[in-house]
Amino acid sequence: MKGIQLWFARNNGALFALFLFVAMFAIYVIKNGVGLRIGLVTAVANKGVLLALVAMAQTFPILTSGLDLSVGSIFVLTNCIASIILSGPPWMVAAGTIAVLLSGLVCGAINGALVVYGRLQPIIATLATGAVYNGLALTIRPVPGGSVQPTFAAALTTQIFGAVPTTLVILLLVVLVVWVPFRLSLTGLGCYAIGSSESAAYMTGISVRRSRLAAYVFAGLLAATGGLLLTTMTLSGDASATSGGIYTLSSIAAVVIGGTSLMGGVGGAVGSIFGAFVLREVSDLLFVFDIQPLVQPFIQGLILLGAVSLGAIRVLRAHNRLEFLGVGR
Amino acid sequence: MTRALGLLDRPVVIAFGFIAILLILGGIYNKQFLSGFYLLQQLRVASFLGIIASGAMVVILLGHIDLSIPWVVTLGGLAATAVAGWLGPSWTALGVPIAVASGALVGLANGLGVAFLRIPSMVFTLGMNAVVQGMVIMYTGGNAPPDQATPILQWLAVRETFYVPHAVVVWALVGVLVIVALKRTPFGRYVYAAGNSERVTYLSGISTRIILIVAFVTSGTCSAFAGAMLAGYAGKAYQAMGDPYLLPAIAAVVLGGTSILGGRGNYLGTVAGVILITVLDSILSVMQISDAARQITYGAMIVVMMLVYGRDRRSEG
Repeated sequence: MKGIQLWFARNNGALFALFLFVAMFAIYVIKNGVGLRIGLVTAVANKGVLLALVAMAQTFPILTSGLDLSVGSIFVLTNCIASIILSGPPWMVAAGTIAVLLSGLVCGAINGALVVYGRLQPIIATLATGAVYNGLALTIRPVPGGSVQPTFAAALTTQIFGAVPTTLVILLLVVLVVWVPFRLSLTGLGCYAIGSSESAAYMTGISVRRSRLAAYVFAGLLAATGGLLLTTMTLSGDASATSGGIYTLSSIAAVVIGGTSLMGGVGGAVGSIFGAFVLREVSDLLFVFDIQPLVQPFIQGLILLGAVSLGAIRVLRAHNRLEFLGVGR
Repeated sequence: MTRALGLLDRPVVIAFGFIAILLILGGIYNKQFLSGFYLLQQLRVASFLGIIASGAMVVILLGHIDLSIPWVVTLGGLAATAVAGWLGPSWTALGVPIAVASGALVGLANGLGVAFLRIPSMVFTLGMNAVVQGMVIMYTGGNAPPDQATPILQWLAVRETFYVPHAVVVWALVGVLVIVALKRTPFGRYVYAAGNSERVTYLSGISTRIILIVAFVTSGTCSAFAGAMLAGYAGKAYQAMGDPYLLPAIAAVVLGGTSILGGRGNYLGTVAGVILITVLDSILSVMQISDAARQITYGAMIVVMMLVYGRDRRSEG
């Protein structure tokens, strides 16, 4: 009983986001009137899964009370790389997939090295590397274009056995293969510990450097997974700096809606998935409710503001003012 | 003398050193880079970023961040030009005050959210940015209000007196105001104190809420004012005109030695950071380096400079 209570307490942010998404999705399906068709589910899944992956990526650094402002740029850079090398015979597509993921990993490792060994503030380090990754993406693809092996792309953007959207299966795989082992490992636990109290984590004997480095490496890897999927959906690469920026900022919002604290140490990547889907579902809802296009951005903004505020509001939980004024340093 | 030395701490000296090196390298490529005319032009271009960075710096000194800058800049630009259409041509003089007031209002909302609701500034200002964007699109998307720069805006942003661009004078005035506020008033002391430890500052009997609100109002005011000036400089206001200014503003503040964690930094550093970024951008574009290579150089430059002097002194443990 105590265990269940603890589990709920620990995951109430993620559960809230899940509940919010299910409610929004239900309203959307009912209002849309075409029923729960697999095509509709796939469309919603494909739209949400990209931000979900970038938001998962963002979760790792935020858990260590850091931040990665370059996830959007890595997403765009890997998209551009994938638009070049994901063609030809199957073995080349397979090798290309691995190369795309590896390039994301390298980007993440550079971020991590700058933060851990360069001792730069994460915001600044990733702000700068983000500009570099964007520049690289522009070098690779000065104009949008490229091609992707069509069967491979079709397989990733439709359904498995005609019943389950492939992107959701990939998302589940990422959770099971990357997130769950990470969460259970000492390195993952170390990330939570750093986020709660870096000095305490250090004193406990946790390898602060290894955990922090791993957080940025995983962020790069997951952002690259998102970039890979984006390529299979758009069948091209586009080095647009604005779309990278929007993904970075939306990923922070999704992480917060998903119940992860920006202070670090609380939350998890699964909540971020729900947070991302909530953010994506807003535009669907505005569409089915026939909101005027010119008013839509305003309502979207209000909902974003409301959602992140609800996710982050701390006055409701504090016992006194000192609690949220931070520890003296 | 000691006070002057206090202003010129290490990051400031290094940042100005980098500017000198850049200009000398540029001068080797083309003598024009060292002419007084070119330098004044650079200062004029820098003044818009400089005004935005002034507000951003006050917020960063508190250990917070203002991500609503892009659309507050746009709001300021559009408000300053649209006044003529809404109130009639005889009211164009009200453009700048109305723009500044609208920016101050957004800043007030930011400040209230951060100080009273205790929502992290990073997400609250991010949300406010989306809300302001929505409001701007709602009011200007369908009916296309006047977006041409009024004579007053052009006078402020483009004209010059005795070769001195008015924009530079405006930036200097804003700068003096910020320096006086930070160095000579209790408010400035409290900003540094709260940036170091809001908890201790609060326990010392200072209302840190007011400090936070004033800081965010300052940032909103500066952004909207810079937006109005940018509209004058570009000849018109347009959607998303503030988008390219958020990251350079933050980078300029940090390159100038202000700690992103708050509590440490001075305004001369921000001036150096702003000029550094503007000159770097200008030299790279004159040398006709592609946009891609410019971004890479820009990012690499920030990394190198931060590795030289921006390293976090508090190591693990």
